Amino acid sequence: MASKLTRSNRAGWLMASPGIALIAAFIILPFFLAFTFSLTNQRLASPNPTKYVGFENYRDLLGLAYFTLEPERDDAGAVVRSADGDIKYPRLRNFTRNNPDYPNLQGKREWFSWQSGENRKVVLASDVVFMKALVNTITFVVVVAPVQAGLALILALLINQKLRGISLFRAVYFMPVVVSIVVVSLLWRFIYSPGDGLLNNLLSALTFGAFTPQDWLGNPSTALGSIIAMSIWQGVGFHMVIWLSGLQTISPTLYEAAQIEGSSKWQTFRYVTWPGLRNTAILILIVITMQAFALFAQIEVMTQGGPLDSTQVLVFQAFERGYGKQDISGGSTISVILFIIVLSVSLLQRWLTREKK
Amino acid sequence: MNKTLILSALIAGSLTGSALAQTELSLWYHGAGSANAEEALVNQLVEEFNASQSDWTVVIETFPQLAYNDAVGAAALAGKLPDILDVDGPVMPNWAWANYMQPLGIDESTLEGYLPGPIGRWNGEVYSVGLWDAAVALTTRRSTLEKYGIRIPTLETPWTLDEFNSALETIKASGDFEYPLDLGMAWKGEWYPYAFSPFLQSFGGDIVDRDSYQSAEGILNGDEALAFGEWWQSLFTNGYVPGTSQDSADRETGLLEGKYAMSWNGNWAALPVVEAFGDDVLFLPAPDFGNGSKIGAASWQFGISGTSEHPEGARAFIEFALQDKWFAAFSDGTGLIPVTASAAEATENYKPGGPLEVFYGLSKEQALLRPVTPGYIVQAKVFEKALADIANGADVADTLDAAADEINEDIENNGGYGH
Repeated sequence: MASKLTRSNRAGWLMASPGIALIAAFIILPFFLAFTFSLTNQRLASPNPTKYVGFENYRDLLGLAYFTLEPERDDAGAVVRSADGDIKYPRLRNFTRNNPDYPNLQGKREWFSWQSGENRKVVLASDVVFMKALVNTITFVVVVAPVQAGLALILALLINQKLRGISLFRAVYFMPVVVSIVVVSLLWRFIYSPGDGLLNNLLSALTFGAFTPQDWLGNPSTALGSIIAMSIWQGVGFHMVIWLSGLQTISPTLYEAAQIEGSSKWQTFRYVTWPGLRNTAILILIVITMQAFALFAQIEVMTQGGPLDSTQVLVFQAFERGYGKQDISGGSTISVILFIIVLSVSLLQRWLTREKK
Repeated sequence: MNKTLILSALIAGSLTGSALAQTELSLWYHGAGSANAEEALVNQLVEEFNASQSDWTVVIETFPQLAYNDAVGAAALAGKLPDILDVDGPVMPNWAWANYMQPLGIDESTLEGYLPGPIGRWNGEVYSVGLWDAAVALTTRRSTLEKYGIRIPTLETPWTLDEFNSALETIKASGDFEYPLDLGMAWKGEWYPYAFSPFLQSFGGDIVDRDSYQSAEGILNGDEALAFGEWWQSLFTNGYVPGTSQDSADRETGLLEGKYAMSWNGNWAALPVVEAFGDDVLFLPAPDFGNGSKIGAASWQFGISGTSEHPEGARAFIEFALQDKWFAAFSDGTGLIPVTASAAEATENYKPGGPLEVFYGLSKEQALLRPVTPGYIVQAKVFEKALADIANGADVADTLDAAADEINEDIENNGGYGH
């Protein structure tokens, strides 16, 4: 019991107490509040009393159903086809709206579907927007974590040299991190502006006019990609600095030894640098993952989740519901789900990167 | 001895002080740093009220508009609301329902002859009154319409749906403009329900059933609403209007620069157009899509907070503000519409023959309040997203179904919002 933390360490605890108090008041307490709210129908402003609703909020978000849509048939039982040969299906809304034969589909909407012979298989969700936000968030993390970490490492290796004016490059690479993300997002909105925006102009100049201008943020197929690219650019400098600090802890004697042994550049990186960066790599991976899950400001400023939900993400949805639509319980539920996801991913990463003895 | 003297002097001083002191009333105002004269005029209004009587002193505190509603919500939770609140018209029922506000309790005969927009009613009682209203019109140039042989509509005979569509098609086909019409898709937020829900209402649909305010089923996704949705989508698929990714700078200057032939815009943006085009400018009424031309109504208004200990003082201030003199002053300072005809005559822009006179008529004849319900805050967001999604190519019926479902679910979760 008498660990280092408790044994005659009053001064230490005293100095830590302001920080602990703040963290308790603004992080730990809200977390427990969010969990409690997610089990109620708590509103932001309402004269109605708050009621305990159990796991209804979770059911409303996570409810899924699977349905086989059969084609329309004429009196003879043949499949009805439109003029260009496509099979005609009845509208899904006939099944999902006030149809007593399909109570499990009530209020659900199509999430995605695929063709299977003459039938169409449909997956329906109670909350399609949430599902899209979940998929977009995971996509964002899966792309950003490795790409941002990799780019940051390359930049760190480039600037970890003794050259004239190298600190200028360090400053340039680090600059986007210092600028507020809201300002960066606003600037990138101009860069991505449709028609004669900066990026469109640049690309048509480079291709001598062969490039057709894109509506980067207004097109569902490019919007999320545009935000990913911009986010990587903005965050890469920060992780570059962490890599750099890791690089500088590697003892120069190891490099000298490698040189004497006649190792190539790649071998030096593979057998000296990379093993020396092990702990840094773990740190960076976990930090980027957590930051990427928290994606919010870029979405709020640049797309508001549009077009067609192609950039909806979990934190933006939690904010939009809790604050915009005054549904604190709904927003809290999303926060709790996000917490569970981030916690599991971090634990998994810790386990995968553990020291193997 | 000396000490007692000082003490008694102090007590006497504080006693006379409190006998003479006026009761302080706090006023929260949303327009900190507003570009026009509105903020200065509100300050002037407060100063003149304080000088005009000796019972009350109004102390003003201004907030930036973006933070204002949040500040009121937070203050209500903390029990620290001011006495007098500034409130956006469509938000008022929500605040009244949540007990942020109490009925004004002023004599309703004083409100006779007012435009319909500036009077905020909830549950049969007046909760807020505005000193101005805003209106929206199709802004364009006479020369443009004459060039393409398009009839110039009037308040009595606005364009029909077919006329409007063919006007857009004609202008589009000429290739003289990037887009025939600018709807202001760059302005996210309240602009969508304010500016576009009147189109839906002119088609015969609405955001929510206004008889009971309990359901949107068949109203937001009925046949009329579907017809509206299909037409709305066609504007974008036909290339008549710029989409949701419109550059906000183009929204501000596109009409003036000749990128757009027409612009659906508010009277607050009208003066620069008058300056640029002079007599050539036209402010046209909304097309009649089948159920008469409609435009949105209600701007910022004053009301009394639910926790005010001196509602009679707050009432005195609001009654002091409700004078033609102030309506005219605000209109001259901001370009907004004065709320009475007599005040309009005294203004520069809305007097007979004034450059913006037409807006007074628009506001009087066509103004329709946004749904008067505490659920409007949520309904506005749902409507905004539905219109953006349809503009971006989402299936019309599915999108409107989903919007109606979400609105109904929200009404249910809030126990019917007290209707």
